[in-house]
Amino acid sequence: MSGHSSHPDYLGHHYDTPEQQFDSGSLGMWLFLATEVLLFAGLFCAYAIYRSHHPEIFLYAHQYLDKNMGALNTAVLIFSSFTMAMAVRMAQLGKNNHVVTLLTITLLCGFGFLGVKKVEYEAKWKHGLLWGKKFHPEEHSAGAHGTEALHDAGVTTAAGVTTAAGVATAAGGAGASHDTGASHDAAAMPAGATDHGAAPATGGSTAAPVGINPANADPMAVRSNIAPPPAGPAGLAENAFEPKQKVNSHATPKERPSNVHIFFGIYFLMTGLHGVHVIAGMSAIAWVLWRTMKGHFSAQYSTPVHLVGLYWHLVDLVWIYLFPLLYLVG
Amino acid sequence: MLASLLGSMAGFLGQGGGFWLPEAASKTAEPVDALFNFVLWICIFFFVLICVLMILFVMRFRRQRPDEEALSQVEHNSALEITWTVIPLALAIAIFWMGFKGYMDLATPPANSMGVQVQAQKWSWLFSYPNGVSAAELHVPEDTPVKLTMSSSDVLHSFFVPAFRIKQDVVPGRYTTVWFHPTRTGEFQVYCTEYCGKGHSDMLSKVIVHSRTDYDKWMDEEGNFIDKMPAPEAGAKVFQKYGCKQCHSVDGAGGTGPTFKGLWGIDQPLTTGAKVKVDENYVRESILQPQAKIAAGYEPVMPTFQGRMNDKEIGVLIEYLKTLK
Amino acid sequence: MSANHTTYGGGTPGAPAWEQDNYLNHTHGLKSWLTTLDHKRIGLMYLICILASFLLGGLFALLVRTEHLTPGRTIVDADLYNQYFTLHGAVMIFLFIIPGIPAALGNFVLPLMLGAKDVAFPRLNLTSWYLWVIGAIFSVVTIALGGVDTGWTFYTPYSTTTATHVIPVTLGVFILGFSSIFTGLNFIVTIHKLRPKGMTWFKMPLFLWAVYATALIQVLATPVLGITLLLLIAERAMGIGIFDPALGGDPVLFQHFFWFYSHPAVYIMILPAMGVISEVIAPFSRKTIFGYKFIAYSSIAIAAFGFLVWGHHMFTSGQSALGNMLFSALTFSVSIPSAIKVFNWLSTMYKGSISLKTPMLYALAFMFLFGIGGLTGLFLGALAVDVHLHDTYFVVAHFHYVMFGGTVIAFLAGLHYWWPKMFGRMYSEKWGAVACALIFIGFNVTFFTQFVLGSQGMPRRYYNYLPMYTSYHQISTVGSYIMGLGFVICAIYLAHSLLAGKKAAANPWGSVTLEWRTPPIPPHDNFDKTPLAGDPYDYSQVRWDAKTGGYVWVDEQSSAAVAG
Repeated sequence: MSGHSSHPDYLGHHYDTPEQQFDSGSLGMWLFLATEVLLFAGLFCAYAIYRSHHPEIFLYAHQYLDKNMGALNTAVLIFSSFTMAMAVRMAQLGKNNHVVTLLTITLLCGFGFLGVKKVEYEAKWKHGLLWGKKFHPEEHSAGAHGTEALHDAGVTTAAGVTTAAGVATAAGGAGASHDTGASHDAAAMPAGATDHGAAPATGGSTAAPVGINPANADPMAVRSNIAPPPAGPAGLAENAFEPKQKVNSHATPKERPSNVHIFFGIYFLMTGLHGVHVIAGMSAIAWVLWRTMKGHFSAQYSTPVHLVGLYWHLVDLVWIYLFPLLYLVG
Repeated sequence: MLASLLGSMAGFLGQGGGFWLPEAASKTAEPVDALFNFVLWICIFFFVLICVLMILFVMRFRRQRPDEEALSQVEHNSALEITWTVIPLALAIAIFWMGFKGYMDLATPPANSMGVQVQAQKWSWLFSYPNGVSAAELHVPEDTPVKLTMSSSDVLHSFFVPAFRIKQDVVPGRYTTVWFHPTRTGEFQVYCTEYCGKGHSDMLSKVIVHSRTDYDKWMDEEGNFIDKMPAPEAGAKVFQKYGCKQCHSVDGAGGTGPTFKGLWGIDQPLTTGAKVKVDENYVRESILQPQAKIAAGYEPVMPTFQGRMNDKEIGVLIEYLKTLK
Repeated sequence: MSANHTTYGGGTPGAPAWEQDNYLNHTHGLKSWLTTLDHKRIGLMYLICILASFLLGGLFALLVRTEHLTPGRTIVDADLYNQYFTLHGAVMIFLFIIPGIPAALGNFVLPLMLGAKDVAFPRLNLTSWYLWVIGAIFSVVTIALGGVDTGWTFYTPYSTTTATHVIPVTLGVFILGFSSIFTGLNFIVTIHKLRPKGMTWFKMPLFLWAVYATALIQVLATPVLGITLLLLIAERAMGIGIFDPALGGDPVLFQHFFWFYSHPAVYIMILPAMGVISEVIAPFSRKTIFGYKFIAYSSIAIAAFGFLVWGHHMFTSGQSALGNMLFSALTFSVSIPSAIKVFNWLSTMYKGSISLKTPMLYALAFMFLFGIGGLTGLFLGALAVDVHLHDTYFVVAHFHYVMFGGTVIAFLAGLHYWWPKMFGRMYSEKWGAVACALIFIGFNVTFFTQFVLGSQGMPRRYYNYLPMYTSYHQISTVGSYIMGLGFVICAIYLAHSLLAGKKAAANPWGSVTLEWRTPPIPPHDNFDKTPLAGDPYDYSQVRWDAKTGGYVWVDEQSSAAVAG
């Protein structure tokens, strides 16, 4: 509007009023969030289909995820959503100093989340609890496992604390170090262990892994036990599963169902895609943080903070669905 | 061109095999063809209606001068709109219902069907009978319902017999079924209709419908041919049956795999740079563990025949190979 | 000419102001184009890219047809043939048809039709174009690396096991998907927030309704394609096992995922085409569109139903009979609104004042071809008949009648309709008619033959075929050459128009949507002040002006008279 006397710098030339611009931005972001939801919806569908066809895989495999770690990350993200919402509010009021502080805390929470995720991924990687063809779970005699897991726990606990330093603000530091140890217990795969804390402590005094011949030291042989070459069409064998006896969610199902790797495939896809979104959200937060520090925003104009806030809430929301679906099965 | 096609289309309508559909040879084909023709006439009616009106309007209401106005400005006409909603809707429901009924026939094999197992793989079909006999072409007796239980050992394929109006995808990792009831003797083309790579269009076979007595005779011969025929001849039959010719020629022509002509006894160079003498052991290994030694210049794409080809068959196939000088 | 652009330019006396300063010459240099935020320039850049893709896809099509002149080998072997038909499909669908009308014509026209200065997010709009270019580069890289042979549908487990280059092409399609999402998002927000005073939803031109419905599908369906392709890449690169039967996965699940996007994508292709046809038929009949509300609602209805019918691509895949029944029933429910649209267009012509200029010729060709395409859909929706016809040339013919006879013909109608507004030049009507006739005849010869081939049992994606099909294949191939000739003529007279065409009037067709209120070539900012929107199909708003050889707005005439 060339003739308009009051056409501020932040207002695009094709908009008449700041309200029109703000509404457009919001609608655009909501639509974008809809596309993001649908992007994840594909994975949620895959999850639902495989879980309804093969509940035993999910019941068995979810035990190797660490609930405490997941809960900690849930808390971190919920807290970050709160700080983000506060930042948006402060931006509307024009209190840019507060905005900077709150966005910084949100950003640190993001780092904290990624740090915890890194610890979890590393544990899975170490124990071969990966997807499809990469699924080669470690098999130890229980005694060897005990010492090694203890050793690992010590080492990565330290690493966990350093990488998850940002978590300290969310009062999770102590929890993180404790949980790291637990995650290793959970992640290694001797099927006999029933109590997460007990396995390394008892050092293999009782539980010989069920269903695996301890003498079977050759890793190749173990693998072929895990995934026997399908006789006839692979999927047909699936029908042969006896329905599992109803298992106590705290007890380990006695035998490993075939195709457990499907769970880890879905786990890595979902959390991986979510992780990419966390990184994208953090980049966006860093960008509005920078712009706030440069003084681009005022009580009249803080649309980008608002939009980034919406995006960050979605990232949190997706995790709030992922956590129970992956960590709290059964 | 179009007019002549339309003309011949009208001319061929109503005949069993003709311009549109190949001659039917299965009991379930009849309702399918009837529905096809019903839909065809609906299409012709509406298509002619649209074209005639379009041409009529263009001729009648052609603008003569650039400032000429339209004769009227009607925005809508409820009676007309309801008519042209309700009539197509009723026709659509009718077509849907007939299609669904016909489909249920196609999807429901009678309880007394004769069962045959079908194994599809790049790029051949193998039909196995309950008595252990297997063949590369499907031989069935006339006037008997046949139910095929199919699976694939590699990628998706699809079993299509135009004369029977049946088609069913063949999926690795699960069984799918299809059935038909042949009404007359003869040979009917089988196609693969799910794209499966280089040899997709050569993944052909035949359904051969015999009279009852011919069928029994065929079954008897097929069950014992290795014992009755001279070994090289029986080997040639095994060669046919397992679809070896899809990749290996016997006349020196190139293919996905080395030609069998002149192969026997030579020192075959391998992808590893080594050489191996083509003898009984190498041939046997190549059939059962195809990836073990790959001939230089070829891709490791051959599927294993472990569990499909028995020792007797491998034996006569080797004898056949020896004759290909 | 009219009052609203006399403020522009102001240099050499004699040349009209719009010639001295318009969106084409407002700034100069390649960089000014590559960094432009002007929706009209972005539309033109899309147009150039899309036509290049059409040329590439068309060359692959001619290679495919030429190979079929004889059974067995004619020019190439099976491996190359499989790559040709894959690349023909992938290039035509992902690079040409999906962005064709919305991104190229839509970008140019949509803000003008709304009386707006630009789309809601001009930077995002340019980003979409760059994403398209990056996606296209991936496709070209795929070809350079040695191609891909999965068919454009990428069915597993073939696509996870073939030795050809699946990952770069799927990445390319993934990126193109985001280009499409952002375009759709931009258009939805633009239509919601930038409509001028007086333009209520039911006073919007029908093209905008069509683009709006399309954009909804783009935004809601494309992400599912995105995740499907990511899963495919994960399957291929990492062996994740979701679609791999050897690892306990389900290959048919991929088809569900794929068609959940790709069937709605068919409506991404055809809905804007229907919008163009509504825009063309009305002014060339000088008659208000018949059943406006129905056409508007039916676009949205088709978009909504389009999400529920993906399973009709899988009638023979082994899905349950109940599933097949539901998908068949829903499929027929989509056919009704499409059929009624055709009747509405016909009724619009009734008692009209019909002008057979090139855009109208294409619109008539559209009704003929789309009629056949839609009607033959009835065969395929009927379960029992589809079992016989599925994956044969009948299906090939059917979707070419819809996608080419529908969308591409409508794209040509739109291109010829808005051409004067894009470049301020007219093209040769005579050669326009000749090219249209050749394309029409060639198209029918090529694809009608394929209906017969298909019902006779010829499967699609076949390199080799039985001798009984030879003469049909040869007729079809000859038809494709006739069509090719038509396109060559089209390219020549359009190029001639750019260089030496007659100067266009601001409103050569007598249309009354807002884009025709701008000068022959619109200025950089479109409108000085937001024009008042009237009825988009009330042709008493304009009258013939022999002096300019075009139509002039009655209200602008009277206000100019007052001012003068």
